[in-house]
Amino acid sequence: MEPDQTMKGANEPRIARGGALDELQRDPSSRATFLRMMGGGSAAVALGTLLAACGDDDEDSGSTGGSTSTPEETATPADESADNAGDIEIVNYALTLEYLEADFYKQVIDSGIVKDKATQDIAKQFGESEQAHVDALISAVKGLGGTPVEAPKTAFEDVLASGLMGVLEAAADVENLGAAAYLGQAGLIKNKDILAAALSIHSVEARHAAALNKLVGRDFKADNGQGSVPDGAFAKPMDMAAVLEAVKPFIAA
Amino acid sequence: MSHQIKIPELAQIQVRGHTRAAFLTRATITAGAVMGLGAVTPFTRAAIAQGGGGDLDIANYALTLEYLESAFYTQALKEVSGLSDDVKKLATELRDNEDEHVGALMAMISDAGGTPVEAPGVDFGDSFKSEATFLMTANVFEDLGVSAYNGAAPMIESVDILGAAGTIVQVEARHAALVRLARDKPPAPQAFDKASTMEEVLAAAKPFIKA
Repeated sequence: MEPDQTMKGANEPRIARGGALDELQRDPSSRATFLRMMGGGSAAVALGTLLAACGDDDEDSGSTGGSTSTPEETATPADESADNAGDIEIVNYALTLEYLEADFYKQVIDSGIVKDKATQDIAKQFGESEQAHVDALISAVKGLGGTPVEAPKTAFEDVLASGLMGVLEAAADVENLGAAAYLGQAGLIKNKDILAAALSIHSVEARHAAALNKLVGRDFKADNGQGSVPDGAFAKPMDMAAVLEAVKPFIAA
Repeated sequence: MSHQIKIPELAQIQVRGHTRAAFLTRATITAGAVMGLGAVTPFTRAAIAQGGGGDLDIANYALTLEYLESAFYTQALKEVSGLSDDVKKLATELRDNEDEHVGALMAMISDAGGTPVEAPGVDFGDSFKSEATFLMTANVFEDLGVSAYNGAAPMIESVDILGAAGTIVQVEARHAALVRLARDKPPAPQAFDKASTMEEVLAAAKPFIKA
């Protein structure tokens, strides 16, 4: 195969702006609706659990990317619930997505549809990581003084019925979505510890996305807008409204 | 390959005038000292100068890593013999992406009133001996890039520069996963990616920089 020259150029980073969150920040009624939807709450930070979870368990010699850093700044205790409200919304939003992903992998593994050992290993490892994200984000919301959202009731029956390829393609799509969702929030997170945590999850979602897209045989940029590096050199963010719309089919009414 | 790519979104950089002494004293200036990158760039905008130029220093730090990666893949495509079609295609994609990162960071730094650092001299040792050694070093670079951006990004003041770093780190993470798959290694070995300090990253990159 020849190098794909169409990948060059034409890719511009879209800095997340003017999305649902901006709207929420401006519009009190929309904000209230969102808070009801997401079960957001209030106040104060401590992310020990999450940061401790960022341990180094990579034994591969090919990964010498430095040791886990311990941020010198400890979490800034916030005294005003208003200071954390935005971050709580964002973390609860991320938590909802992680719940979806974790449950999806769990159902996929439980269904026995994946027979191949290597693919099973990947599904298990990714699923475990998503569950670790769930746990960390629950701690983060609590640390911010908020109330973690409940796990959504999922609806993966159709996907599971679509066969192995359908399942893996859905996983690849959802991971691309997850990566775009985190990227869409990066500039909106106020607390630096939450931002650091979100970034450490964001790049893992990106790894999952690239690996799954590759495994289902997609090119860097596939015809359907997916792919292992779907936006070229600069990944595109998605705002909250677009992401929530995209995951609707997986949430039971 | 062009280093003159203009990214309209990145031209609208708003750097806030916050002081960011903690990060600066900890790490930033080390870039110049350790890597011989020359004096920290003179900042023309008052707000930036007063703030110590943190964002621009981070951007120049990122630029240095991108220069390394770009040079690495460029040389690999010329020097590694017997690359499989798949690995050649991957290396080409990665090179093209890294070139675009270099161009975008240079433009971003210039537009913010800074001076992009020069590309470092490079020496990749035995990395190009075989496809396997190439992929192993590529794995090091891509994982390193992810941890570098993840470590530096929370210290970025400008939302736009943070956004740019986010769009780039996601691509580095995708690269890392693809290189790892090509090596039959787990693409995402951890639930939480590392965040490395500038010192850690520069120490890891040092063997590839020609004094």
